[in-house]
Amino acid sequence: MTQEKNTYSAAGEVGSVLEKRTFWARAKIELSKSPWTARFGLLVIFIYAVLAIFAPIFAPYGEAEVFPEPYAAWSSEHIFGTDQIGRDIFSRMIYGARNTVGIAVATTLLAFLIGGALGLAAAINRSYIDQLLSRAVDVLMAIPSLIFALVLLSIFGSTVTNLIIIIAVLDSTRVFRLTRAVAVNVVVMDYVEAAQLRGEGLGWIMRKEILPNIMPPLIAEFGLRFCFVFLTIAALSFLGVGIQPPTADWGSMVRDNASLIMFAQYDLKAGLTPLLPAAAIALLTVAINFVVDWFLHKTSGIRDEQ
Amino acid sequence: MSSKNQKADPLIQINNLKIEGFSDEQWHPIIKGVNLTLKRGQVMGLIGESGAGKSTLGLAAMGYTQPGCRITDGEIIFDGTDLAQLNDSAKQQYWGNRMTYVAQSAAASFNPAHRLIDQTTASAIRFKIKNESDAKKDAKRLYEALNLPNPESIGDRYPHQVSGGQLQRVMTAMAMSPRPDLIVFDEPTTALDVTTQVEVLTAMKSIVEEFNTAAIYITHDLAVVAQMADVIKVLRYGNEIEEAETRKMLTAPEQDYTKSLWSVRSLEKKPAKVQEPILEIQNIDAAYGKFKVLHDVNISVPRGSTVAVVGESGSGKSTTARVITGLLPQLAGEIKFDGQILPKRLEDRTKEQKRIIQMIYQMADTAMNPRQTVREIIGRPLEFYLNLKGREKEKRILELLDMIELDDQFIDRLPSELSGGQKQRICIARALAANPKFIICDEVTSALDQIVQEGILKLLMRLQKELNLTYLFITHDISTVRAISDEVVVMNLGEVVEQGLKADVFSPPHPDYTELLLSSVPEMDPDWLKNLNERRNS
Amino acid sequence: MHPVLQTVLGRLGLGLATLFVVSLIIFSAIEMLPGDFGQAILGQAATEETVAAFRRELGLDEPPYVRYLQWVGGAIQGDLGTSFSGRNASGTDRSREVIDLIAPRLWNTLFLASVTAIIAVPVSLFLGITSALYRNSVYDRTINTTTLTTISFPEFFVAYILILLLASLYPIFPSLANVDASTPLSERLYRSALPAFTLTLVIVAHMMRMTRAAIINLLASPYIQMARLSGASQTEVILKHALPNAWAPIATVIAFNLAYLVVGVVVVEVVFVYPGVGQLMVDAVTSRDIPVVQGCALIFAVTYILLNLIADIIGIITNPRLLHPK
Repeated sequence: MTQEKNTYSAAGEVGSVLEKRTFWARAKIELSKSPWTARFGLLVIFIYAVLAIFAPIFAPYGEAEVFPEPYAAWSSEHIFGTDQIGRDIFSRMIYGARNTVGIAVATTLLAFLIGGALGLAAAINRSYIDQLLSRAVDVLMAIPSLIFALVLLSIFGSTVTNLIIIIAVLDSTRVFRLTRAVAVNVVVMDYVEAAQLRGEGLGWIMRKEILPNIMPPLIAEFGLRFCFVFLTIAALSFLGVGIQPPTADWGSMVRDNASLIMFAQYDLKAGLTPLLPAAAIALLTVAINFVVDWFLHKTSGIRDEQ
Repeated sequence: MSSKNQKADPLIQINNLKIEGFSDEQWHPIIKGVNLTLKRGQVMGLIGESGAGKSTLGLAAMGYTQPGCRITDGEIIFDGTDLAQLNDSAKQQYWGNRMTYVAQSAAASFNPAHRLIDQTTASAIRFKIKNESDAKKDAKRLYEALNLPNPESIGDRYPHQVSGGQLQRVMTAMAMSPRPDLIVFDEPTTALDVTTQVEVLTAMKSIVEEFNTAAIYITHDLAVVAQMADVIKVLRYGNEIEEAETRKMLTAPEQDYTKSLWSVRSLEKKPAKVQEPILEIQNIDAAYGKFKVLHDVNISVPRGSTVAVVGESGSGKSTTARVITGLLPQLAGEIKFDGQILPKRLEDRTKEQKRIIQMIYQMADTAMNPRQTVREIIGRPLEFYLNLKGREKEKRILELLDMIELDDQFIDRLPSELSGGQKQRICIARALAANPKFIICDEVTSALDQIVQEGILKLLMRLQKELNLTYLFITHDISTVRAISDEVVVMNLGEVVEQGLKADVFSPPHPDYTELLLSSVPEMDPDWLKNLNERRNS
Repeated sequence: MHPVLQTVLGRLGLGLATLFVVSLIIFSAIEMLPGDFGQAILGQAATEETVAAFRRELGLDEPPYVRYLQWVGGAIQGDLGTSFSGRNASGTDRSREVIDLIAPRLWNTLFLASVTAIIAVPVSLFLGITSALYRNSVYDRTINTTTLTTISFPEFFVAYILILLLASLYPIFPSLANVDASTPLSERLYRSALPAFTLTLVIVAHMMRMTRAAIINLLASPYIQMARLSGASQTEVILKHALPNAWAPIATVIAFNLAYLVVGVVVVEVVFVYPGVGQLMVDAVTSRDIPVVQGCALIFAVTYILLNLIADIIGIITNPRLLHPK
């Protein structure tokens, strides 16, 4: 070894080493730097969640409570009037947050459970399981999912359970693709090989080495898939083959009150009524898209490690 | 080149240049006020480690800033005009006309949709320097001067149809085609194997001399810059450290930082006592699918020594490591460790067999789970192999951190909160945690800056002495081999060319391939390339 | 064989295989019906004989593969079977051929989709490419936020806003798009204006965002920087260096969105009561008229697969690596 003076010490080798911060401190900093769109989105999501959870408290009337006057105008008694058989629209909007959003959340969760697990299995296996699943998914994705859903609903009928299972299975194909793609990139990492060399079991490698590293894209995808599922279910309900009456649901509320729109020339408020549930759907998807857009921007920025 | 006739007025004069880059929602300084003067026909080497700002400065000499960067202060005066004040369309009159660029990755920098000759001649035709047929004739002449095979027809090919080394030379022809006043070479040989690098360097040097073109040569490799440059400027963290004429810079650097860059090459190891082999690889054949990559490989590793496996890309050196670890079961032959035959497949090996052989990877970034702290990374093998828990485990982690010269505040850090050298140290600690007898080091220093490399190599040697470890050191870098090995194995195309003590392998007579490989490694002597080519041509 | 031809043939084969599996899935819809569906369709009053006769007519006595071959054979010749509706318990049969139901509506749907595509494709390519070129400018940010909002809207929301504004408050266009074979072209265009406008708004947002992403990705290639540094002007960089490599991503974007259009058509047709295949399919699903559902699904699936196939083939024949093999 050279006897040169030690100009080097490992601890002093700083360069541009990042500071150590806790998760919450980092979250706070990120939030303070976030654009208005993301903050707006987070606020909307929060309000929807509160409304959905405490629907019976906020709603002035019951979900299926019928009043004598159908198509009642907006008034202090019925804030947004009543629908074609005399149910309070405002109350049904609030219950709709619970039903429509709840069903969409359940569907998305199921889709992630199926697609995520299979995607991970395919990424690790990389042989016949991967081949089989990937080909099956290719075929399923060769049919537009709304069309496929319509075919399946015509066979099995439109119950909530059927709806959730059918949409979840169809949507899990996209979750599968993404999970597989992201996980394949992680599986080839040296730290996964290092764990294999150490002799770790498959479960440990999946749980500790792979899963934590594919979470950010999966979380973003969860938001996007939720929007997609939510819009698909809303579309199906709007078409009359989704969530069935008397369950309060935004998609079918639009359909039920659609004829009011042509009254807008005479009473603008009445004309706006069918747009309210549609706007409720749009607002939530916009909010989620804003948050996801920011999140994606954020996580992809971190990956650069400037 | 320094003897060339140079006009007095500078071609480029950069004054107090400051450049910022945008990342993480804010602007960070990249170049912090650098001056640069380049005379006509002069070649300046810009050297520095990653993050020094050498590429940014090189591009700035052309008035170009990469997307996401901006010039905040200073002048870039090219032949009397301040490029920093010009808009893009005005600068386009200079780019490809009076100044050209040679990029690091030729494969990515050529447009896949066009033929090479059309891309070579595009600038000269665009600026009406030559008409199309003259430009093409000239391009073929340049191809010939650059020693490209089939200079008449190679231009009709598409970029993906020729090899990397050839593509790099075509790019040099493309840069020379409009006969610019200045060429900026941005790490043009970094992605090439040493034997190819020699050809490309020779071609670039001779053509730059022939046309008396001024050039800025950006690299992190001192020996390479010594061949190319008349003057060398050393950069660090966006500041100039020093500038001097090449010979003076090599013999008498002034600044401590520059000296530390030079000192790496002077590491030397005293040969270890020859002991009985701990690992014997006998008649190994291996393949990826149908593609056979190892042919009858025999390597023997004496206990307590460092055996370096050298070779270029595709030589099979990393595959050999995969066979030893059991990740790629061999087709034929066997591996003996401490006299016992190791099962071919990783799954068939016992925990003990896995524990005693550990591996350290080239890229510390990808070798550590970015979501685990140092405690989890080093703690896991302690728990897994040695059943250490709680306070015992914690104590051992701190001991290991101490061994790798890091203090205990590092225990809660994530890999992203460590520098490159610190990351590699944590990887070493993780390997040591298993109390191994044998460690495979796969290019462990090649992704690191030189000054950090030295620290890691010293650490590895100290640990070897203290813990009686045996290393199999896989590398393509001959100077690292000289510094740390006891024995050397030379591999080429999946075969062992020779194995022997370092002194024997490095002294003649050599087998042909060893000769080619060793002679291709650039040396700090500015006349090395010239002498080499004279020797080879004679 | 030339690699381009080889790859194209391979891709065609894959398309055919997909089509086969898809047809198998759609066919099996009828297999999955519960055993008593005959009763359900013909009504509670149907006798056992009429139900048995109905099952015989559907060929449910034959083994499945025979029926599959008959179904596919028929479908290729344009025979998609007979609708379930129009039958009743007494055994009288006023049902219609599925193909007669679909054919006129298919023409309507294709008309609506083409009008939309003719407007939407150029507009979104223009917006996508320009916003990629002027990345992070006010122009780009505005377009980006607007389209991000628009893609979040359900189609029927966009549709009803347009009805509210352009049919109800300011009655410029009709809210119901009832066209038939005798409607002259100008009248047809006028009546289809709102559905086409709705679809355009939805599609442009998607297509523009995807185009922008594809172009930004392309412009980040080192060879684009190289082209700039060899003095190429902005126009030259785009026309000579970016465009030849952009066909594949752009074709994919267009095909993807036209395929999306095919699906979006369903909801929009229902909103505007436009007599197209989508509306027919929804009605058939509601009445569980399986042969009609199968016929519509087959048409949608074939269109979808075909569009993706075309995009892939464009990608293959413009790929220089395949065009000029080693």
